[in-house]
Amino acid sequence: MPLTSDEKSPRSAERGSTRVAAPDGPPTLTIDKQPTAPSRGPQRQTWRKAFERDWQLYSLALLPLIYLAIFKYGPMIGNVIAFRRFRPGGNIYGDEWVGFRYIEMFINDPTFWKVFANTAILGGLTLVVCFPLPIVLALLLNEVRKKHFKKIVQSISYLPHFLSIVIVVGMLMQLLSLNGTVNQIIGAFGGESIPFLQRPEWFRAVYVGSEVWQTVGWGTILYLAALTTVDDSLYEAARIDGAGRWRQTWHVTIPGIRPMMMTLLVLNIGTFLNVGFEKVLLLYNPLTYETADVISTYLYRVGLVSNNLSYAAAIGLFQAVIGLVMVLSANLISRRMVGTSLW
Amino acid sequence: MVIDVMSKNPTKPANGGQRKTKESTGTRVFGVVNTTFLVLLCVGMLYPFITVLAQSFSSAGAINAGQVSFWPVGFNLDTYSAVMQNDTFWRNYGNTVLYTVVGTTIAMVLTTTYAYVLSKKHLKGRKALIGIAVFTMFFNGGLVPNYVLISSLGMKNTMWALVLPGAISIFNLLVMKSFFENLPKDLEEAAQIDGLGWYGIFGRIVLPLSKAVIATMVLFYSVQFWNDWFAAFLYLDKSELFPVTLFVRNLIAGASTTTSEGAAATGSTTALVSTNIQAVTMILTVIPILCIYPFVQRYFVSGIMLGSVKG
Repeated sequence: MPLTSDEKSPRSAERGSTRVAAPDGPPTLTIDKQPTAPSRGPQRQTWRKAFERDWQLYSLALLPLIYLAIFKYGPMIGNVIAFRRFRPGGNIYGDEWVGFRYIEMFINDPTFWKVFANTAILGGLTLVVCFPLPIVLALLLNEVRKKHFKKIVQSISYLPHFLSIVIVVGMLMQLLSLNGTVNQIIGAFGGESIPFLQRPEWFRAVYVGSEVWQTVGWGTILYLAALTTVDDSLYEAARIDGAGRWRQTWHVTIPGIRPMMMTLLVLNIGTFLNVGFEKVLLLYNPLTYETADVISTYLYRVGLVSNNLSYAAAIGLFQAVIGLVMVLSANLISRRMVGTSLW
Repeated sequence: MVIDVMSKNPTKPANGGQRKTKESTGTRVFGVVNTTFLVLLCVGMLYPFITVLAQSFSSAGAINAGQVSFWPVGFNLDTYSAVMQNDTFWRNYGNTVLYTVVGTTIAMVLTTTYAYVLSKKHLKGRKALIGIAVFTMFFNGGLVPNYVLISSLGMKNTMWALVLPGAISIFNLLVMKSFFENLPKDLEEAAQIDGLGWYGIFGRIVLPLSKAVIATMVLFYSVQFWNDWFAAFLYLDKSELFPVTLFVRNLIAGASTTTSEGAAATGSTTALVSTNIQAVTMILTVIPILCIYPFVQRYFVSGIMLGSVKG
């Protein structure tokens, strides 16, 4: 995504932790503090110089840094309540240490493993279906000669991306209701109406299908951008070698967008456990919990509906750590295998 | 899946059958199939809008009988006038406008300034500043700690709970950063020689040059705040503070046969709300987005591309 290449050179001599700088260091250390800690004579000089020259720039960063510290790193640190007993109204970082009590609790909680499996299945299905489709659509759009037509198709297909999830679910409910379009069609073929949203066996199809509708068009943007960078002379050469259109696509176009594919695949794999929490929350109901309940909705119910905040925080932390590990390893694999990496 | 099958089949015979002689027939067949497919795709993509629009003008009886698909049946404007007279709806609509404006303003200030700082490659500590931001993209606090934080800051039942947590989108930040990096350097250098500080350079030179990316970001943030419902669902109890998305959500949740635990937060009486009322509120909620969408479309595509393929 928009992570550009200038951050690539991984090990510059600068103090090693820059890139992953943030994990432990609460970012409350704003610019002026940070340098002073480990630096020796000459380096301090340059820091002072840098500050004298660029203090206006540093001061511009101050407000955003305070913001990030409070609203992004604050909650990150707030995860300690996964290891501390939390009393509503008490200290927001909990009252006393309880060790791994809450972690053990969810490891021994069969419902947790049930929703974990649901999450993996739903995320996996979404990845498998929603990752390739934008590529296919981008390739098809790339073959369209008429500029106007292409523009119109693009505009229409981007549109669902801009809708509130509430609207998306509202539309879904109307389409899938007993007198909605889908059941009208089933009825026209003489079938029985199906209450899709009340049936656990239909939930995954409904979820993934609507996900396709929302994401397929928007997903083409990056591929279309990458397609414009493919060198025309490569097509020329392929044509001279007698390659037809299909083989040009296979041997020129697809290799041309492979780095983009890998980058997006890495991102998608890294985030595949983050199934659309809000969408599931709006779509599911107790009748469909069996397949629809995912980690995030479960921890929402446990934490914010039943008020077991520490327990829910433990589950959330577990999910976040898994997500982080997955992004990092996917990135590592991508760097090893294709030489593209996110950072 | 469907797309996959359809796209591959037409191409194969095109080359397999006649790759020496003429490609033109195959190409033409492929072109026709491709065009047809894309037209059908567009109709499919638009269908949910069309049917909701049709329902909003239809009579409840026709909808319940399952007669409405592309066209209104039993055309009337009664549902619109009923919704128009609903005070709560308009109050919530106004709230959404307010939250969107305030949220977007705060977000733009924070994002623009930080992106500008990050775009200065000579700046010492720049990588750490980037890392601090990017890390939050991969690891975030999570639902519960966020909830605890917002509650402890006393922001429940205020607009700040809705407006502040989403104020820096890292994606937008990085797009802006690379836009600033690509601006021609000479103007800034000249200004520096003339003795202008960074504040002056940023305010008088960089911002006026960045209208395109600013428009893009304003759109992104506006859409984000306009569409948000969950923060309101979580942090607001009073229905007079709700944004319109939450109003719609409560209608939908009230209408679905089994309401989930969220029903407690539903301010309105959740009797069965007829489909056409839902349709009208949905249409009215979407209209502003549909209106600005075509105009700013070219900005956002170029903004996204700028952020991505540059490297």
